[in-house]
Amino acid sequence: MDTEPLTQLDPAYTTVMRIEGAIIVAPFLIVALGLGLAGAFPAPWTWVPMAVPVLIALVFVLLVPIKRYLSRGYHMSSDRLRVVKGVMFHADTVVPFSRVQHLDVEQGPLERAFGIARLILHTAGTHNSSVTLPGLRHGDAVTMREEIRAHVKRESL
Amino acid sequence: MSEPAADFSPDKGAAPDVEMDEWLRVNPLTMMVHMARMLASAIIPAIAVLYGAASSEPDSEGLAAIAPWFVPLFGAILGFNLLAAWVSWYRLRYRVGDTDVRLEQGVISRSARSVPYERIQDVSLEQKLIPRLLGLVEVKFETGAGGKEELKLSYVSEAEGEKLRETVRALVDGETAAPAAGVSASTGASPGDMAAEPAGQTLFAMDTKRLFLFGLFNFSLVVFAVLLGALQQLEFLLPFDAWDYIADIFRDDRIAEAGELMNGYSTFAQILAILYAIGAVVVVGMASGVVRTFVRDWEFRLERTAKGFRRRRGLLTKTDVVMPVHRVQALVVSTGWLRRRFGWHGLSFISLAQDSGGANHDVAPFAQMEEIAPIAHEAGFSLPDERADWRRASADYYFDRAVLQALIPATAGLVLLVLGHAIVAVLLFALAGLLAFGEYYMWRFVRHALDPQQVLSRRGWLAPRDIIASRVKLHSVEISQHPLARWRGYCTLRFGLAGGRLAFPGLSLDDAREMRRAALDSIAAVDFAKLPR
Repeated sequence: MDTEPLTQLDPAYTTVMRIEGAIIVAPFLIVALGLGLAGAFPAPWTWVPMAVPVLIALVFVLLVPIKRYLSRGYHMSSDRLRVVKGVMFHADTVVPFSRVQHLDVEQGPLERAFGIARLILHTAGTHNSSVTLPGLRHGDAVTMREEIRAHVKRESL
Repeated sequence: MSEPAADFSPDKGAAPDVEMDEWLRVNPLTMMVHMARMLASAIIPAIAVLYGAASSEPDSEGLAAIAPWFVPLFGAILGFNLLAAWVSWYRLRYRVGDTDVRLEQGVISRSARSVPYERIQDVSLEQKLIPRLLGLVEVKFETGAGGKEELKLSYVSEAEGEKLRETVRALVDGETAAPAAGVSASTGASPGDMAAEPAGQTLFAMDTKRLFLFGLFNFSLVVFAVLLGALQQLEFLLPFDAWDYIADIFRDDRIAEAGELMNGYSTFAQILAILYAIGAVVVVGMASGVVRTFVRDWEFRLERTAKGFRRRRGLLTKTDVVMPVHRVQALVVSTGWLRRRFGWHGLSFISLAQDSGGANHDVAPFAQMEEIAPIAHEAGFSLPDERADWRRASADYYFDRAVLQALIPATAGLVLLVLGHAIVAVLLFALAGLLAFGEYYMWRFVRHALDPQQVLSRRGWLAPRDIIASRVKLHSVEISQHPLARWRGYCTLRFGLAGGRLAFPGLSLDDAREMRRAALDSIAAVDFAKLPR
């Protein structure tokens, strides 16, 4: 069960994470530009504050999205969904369909622009009361939801 | 404290005749409760105002000047509160309908809450002191939404509360054929079940002797904290300034005097005095433990009724909780380091409903294992014995923990040793050794097991705590690893358990995967809707 191949997420998920990273960088960039233009530091060091946004951009735009994309994956079998995630802190969660209370498919504005969605499984457990699987193609997310829902319905009939 | 009025089950064989589909108001005496509570909370500020006014002007001009205003002022406050209590009573109404219980309240902004029967976990009754004197109960409809989001009816009369509970519970269990048809239909549907609360078989009860013993083990020094807190709050009532007095003791060398006095005694007398001081603290701690236990667990009784487990307890605040058997998610068997030597354990249930703030329901807080086993059996669980396939967590995990725990005191000790504080350094080294030794013992004592129906967890060294969870009642499984765990090859296994937590830290990956596979196969085989209800 632990050897089955994981399905990769949609590559657009990386792009969305990159844009989110850029949004984190933006305020630092503005402050650094402001400091540079105002000449807060003496001549050779005028543009030193730019190092901060550049460093953040390297981490949050270049490094983290691709690492995160590569570490994530899922596997859907006939009666359970396995969600794997985590660059440093690994988590490998399995939710049997028979324990799903309800399902959500969510899209933020950025995700909508790139046609991806998050599938959220809610269970009655205190721990892992909702398991989120981000970065699915919207159509796939809806298909998976329908499949899980059909399973839940069939089982409880 | 055993007047018949306080008993929850009035001896009536009649069917509950709660008005269905009709908006009802709670008992008008509720206004009295609110007034009494308001007065009680107003008394301390009132005393403060009076005292302040009287003492600010020593020639008593001040008190005389404002005294004539007191009566109209307090009268106005009282009247206003009475009006507010009446309006809020008038604007609160509830309805037991076909599919849900509804509650509408609010004076200016109305709030309407509806709780569908399928979501009601449990109906419990609670009586605090003042409502109890007036013969009122608070009815709580537990939904498992985490305590605060439940529906509360405060207050209705005891008989009405009992009837409400019976009706709603019958509706929840789907025993009523046609709820819309009302009372007569429900009697017809299940005549046997509708007796007020069929006297169940008593599973566990605590008599005064047992309570006293339990209290002795509930040693608590909280009374000192309460005294200090009260001293701080009510300082202004004391004829002297307590803090100045304490400061004086030090300043005037009264302590030093006492010390000199002690020096005058023989060594034997000194030891005797110290023993006396320790003895006094122990006696006070035990006495407060006994008092707290008596107040909470007075007349503790657990019964097995047709509907589930019914527990009654309480001296000042009486509670009466019924837990349906199928709602029990897991058992917790806990003990204390001292009481364990005498074979005393406590049993509680993990369920979605809350138990006066705590997540677990105490069902046998102080019992011998032979008393606990039948209760566990009634709930559909079996207690683990030594034949279970107990396994330990990864030794690497506890080794890493021991190293991490001992690191800081050992480093500090080393630095101090270099600086020349040998005695402190030795003490720190001893602490580091003790912490590491503790982890070794944790490795020896913390264990887990998997049997065909259950997942078992035993944690703790001096006071082991067992969690016994039914495999089919788990909701998800997660294996997680932090960077160190990945490097060292162990992981944490977490199960999604409704109303509680069940985690196994530091398992070897293979072991965790095996447990996950076994548990998942049991879970997937039974649908949530088909769980034993």
